[in-house]
Amino acid sequence: MNEATPLTLAALGGVVSERSGVVNIALEGMMLMSAFTGYVVAFQTHNLWLGVLAGVMTGVVIAALHAVLSINLMVDQIVSGFVINILALGVTGVFFKGFLQEASVAGPGVLPTWEIPVLSQIPIIGPILFVHQPITYAMLLAIVLIQFLLFYTVWGLRTRAVGEHPLAADTVGINVYLVRYAAVILSGGLAGLGGAYFSLQQIGQFLPNMTGGRGFIALAAMIFGKWKPLAAFYACLLFAGAEALSGRIQISGVHIPFQFLGMLPYLLTIIVVAGAMGRAVAPAADGKPYRKA
Amino acid sequence: MLNKRPRAIAAAVLLPVISVVAGFVVAGLAVAISGADPFQSFSALFQGAFINPRALPETLVATTPYIFLGLGIALGFRAGLFNIGAEGQFYIGALFGVFIGYSLHGLPSVLHITLALAAGILGGFLWAAVPGILKARFGAHEVITTIMLNYVAFGLVNFLINNGPMVDKASSAPRTPYIDPAAQLPILAAGTRLHAGLILAILAVPVVWFLLARTTIGFRIRSVGFSPTASRAAGISVAWTLLTTMGISGGLAGLAGADEVLGVSHYMPPSFSVGYGFDAIAVALLARSNPWAMLPAAFLFGALSSGSRFMQFQTQVSADVISIVEATVIMFVAAPALFQWIFRLRRAPAPPIKIASEEGATV
Repeated sequence: MNEATPLTLAALGGVVSERSGVVNIALEGMMLMSAFTGYVVAFQTHNLWLGVLAGVMTGVVIAALHAVLSINLMVDQIVSGFVINILALGVTGVFFKGFLQEASVAGPGVLPTWEIPVLSQIPIIGPILFVHQPITYAMLLAIVLIQFLLFYTVWGLRTRAVGEHPLAADTVGINVYLVRYAAVILSGGLAGLGGAYFSLQQIGQFLPNMTGGRGFIALAAMIFGKWKPLAAFYACLLFAGAEALSGRIQISGVHIPFQFLGMLPYLLTIIVVAGAMGRAVAPAADGKPYRKA
Repeated sequence: MLNKRPRAIAAAVLLPVISVVAGFVVAGLAVAISGADPFQSFSALFQGAFINPRALPETLVATTPYIFLGLGIALGFRAGLFNIGAEGQFYIGALFGVFIGYSLHGLPSVLHITLALAAGILGGFLWAAVPGILKARFGAHEVITTIMLNYVAFGLVNFLINNGPMVDKASSAPRTPYIDPAAQLPILAAGTRLHAGLILAILAVPVVWFLLARTTIGFRIRSVGFSPTASRAAGISVAWTLLTTMGISGGLAGLAGADEVLGVSHYMPPSFSVGYGFDAIAVALLARSNPWAMLPAAFLFGALSSGSRFMQFQTQVSADVISIVEATVIMFVAAPALFQWIFRLRRAPAPPIKIASEEGATV
C-alpha cells in the first residue's frame, strides 16, 4: 500500500489529464521536482506540511507549463512532457549539488503515522487500511474523489467530452482550453503530492533522481487500468506488489533473477496496449492539440 | 519566392542558434541561483570540450553515438513515429555487439568488426521491430511501447550482465568479458580514444539522406509521415512502412550501441549508456530531422556532454546543468510560437514541428 501511494497519485493525475485529451508523460518530472521542492521547503521552514503544500504547488506550476506549451503553443504533447522530464532532472541535479548536498545533515524527518481510532483495531483490514501516513490517506481519498468527479459531475462529463471529441464539445459551448487547463493542473497537483511522498513520507531526504522512473510505471498503471481511476489503483497495487516481491527475492537469495519481476509492469502494459486482455482504448482525442477555429 | 528564402534560412540557422543561446541563458540563471558563477562554469565547460589536451577528441567520441542515434530518431520523425526507445535499442545493440566481440576469436579484424556491428544493427532492429509490429498490427502507440521496452531492455541487460550468463567470471565487477582485440575499432589518433566509429557515423549521414530523399522506401516514409490516409489511398502499405521505419531507426540505435562497445569501452557494464538515447531526441529535434544538420547538432551535444564532465570536476556545478540547456533548446525548437511571443515578431519564424500527423498514424 505504501509503495502504491505515489504510483496511484501519479496514475490518477494521468487519468485526469488524458481524459481531457492531454497526454502527460511528464508525471515523472513533476514528481521529481515536487519531491525536491517539498524537501527544501520542509527543511527551511521545519514544517513538513508546508513541504507537502510546496510539493503540490510545484506540481501545479509545472503542469501549467505543460498546459501552456501543449495547449496554447501547440507543442507536441509528448515533446512537451519530455522537456519537463529532462528539465526536472537538470534543475534538481544542479540545485542538489549546489546547496543540499552539504546541508542534508539532519533532515526534517518524515510525516507521522496516523492510526484511526477504533477502525484500526479491526483485525486484518484494520492495519491494512487505517494505519498510515497522511499522503496515503490522501491517496485513498483522491481515488474516490476523482472517480466521483469524473463520472458523476458536470465537470467530469465536460472533461471526458473534450477528451473524446473537442470539436463537438466546443460546438455545444464548452471552453475546450479551460477544461484542458483545469485537468492538466489538477493532474500536476496529484503528481506533486505523489512526489512529496518520496522525500517527506518515505525517507525524509532528497536524493537525485529518487523517483527512478516511477512516473512511467504510473503511466503504465493508468493504461493497464484503462484510464479508469479505480482500475488504475488496482494496477498500482499489483505493480507495487511486484516491486516489493522483487526486492525480497533479491535479499533472500532465491535463484530467480529478480530483474524479471521488475519488468512485469512494463511487459503487462505492452500486452495490454497490444490489445490482449480486452482492448485498452485511449480517449479518442488523447494527444491531439485542438486548434480553435 | 524572394520572401520565402530568407525565412527558410532564418528557420534553418538562426532558430537553432538562438535556441542554444537561450538554453545557456536559462541554465546560467539556474547555476547562478544555486550559488555558483555561471561564467566560470561555462568557461570550464568550453575548456573541457575544446581546449584541454585531448578535449576535442573526447568531444568527437561523444559525438559519434549522437550522430547514429539522432539519424535513427529523425527517420522515425519523418514517418510520424516518436521513437523514445532509442536508449533501449542502444542497449540491445551493444549487448549483441559485445557478445559477438568476446565470443569469437581468431577472425580477421575487418570481418570481426563487421560481424559485431551487424549484430548490433540486428539487435536494435529486432528490439525496435516489437513496437513496430505492435503499432502496425494492433495500433498500439509507439511512445508507450518504446518507453516500456526501454525498461525491459535495462532489466534484461542488468540480468545478463549482473547475475546471468554473460558475466565475466574472472572479474569481480559485474561486466561482460573484454572483446577480442581483433574486434576493436582502430584508434584514429594515438593517445586518444577517438576511434574509427566517427568515420562510420559521418558516412551514415549521406546514407540516411539518400534513403530518405532518393529511394522508394524513403518516399513512403515521408508520405506516411505527411498523411497516412492519403498514403493508403495511393496504395502504400502504411503498416509495412511503419514497421520498416521503426526497424531501421532501431538498427541505427543498435549500431550506435555496438560501435560504443567496439570503439570505446571494449566490454559492457550493466549501466552502459549515460542517456545517449534520450539526449539524441534533442539532437534530432534540433536538427529538425534533417540528416545533414545532424552533424552540427550531434557535435554540440558531444561537446556539452564531454565538457560538462570537466566542469563538474572543476567547479562543483553538477553536469546535470546540460539537461537544462537541452530542455530549453527543445522547448524553443519545438515551439516557434515562443519566439514570436518573446521577440514580438508578427509571424512565427517557422512552422511548429509536427511529429504525429494530425490524423494520427494509426492503421
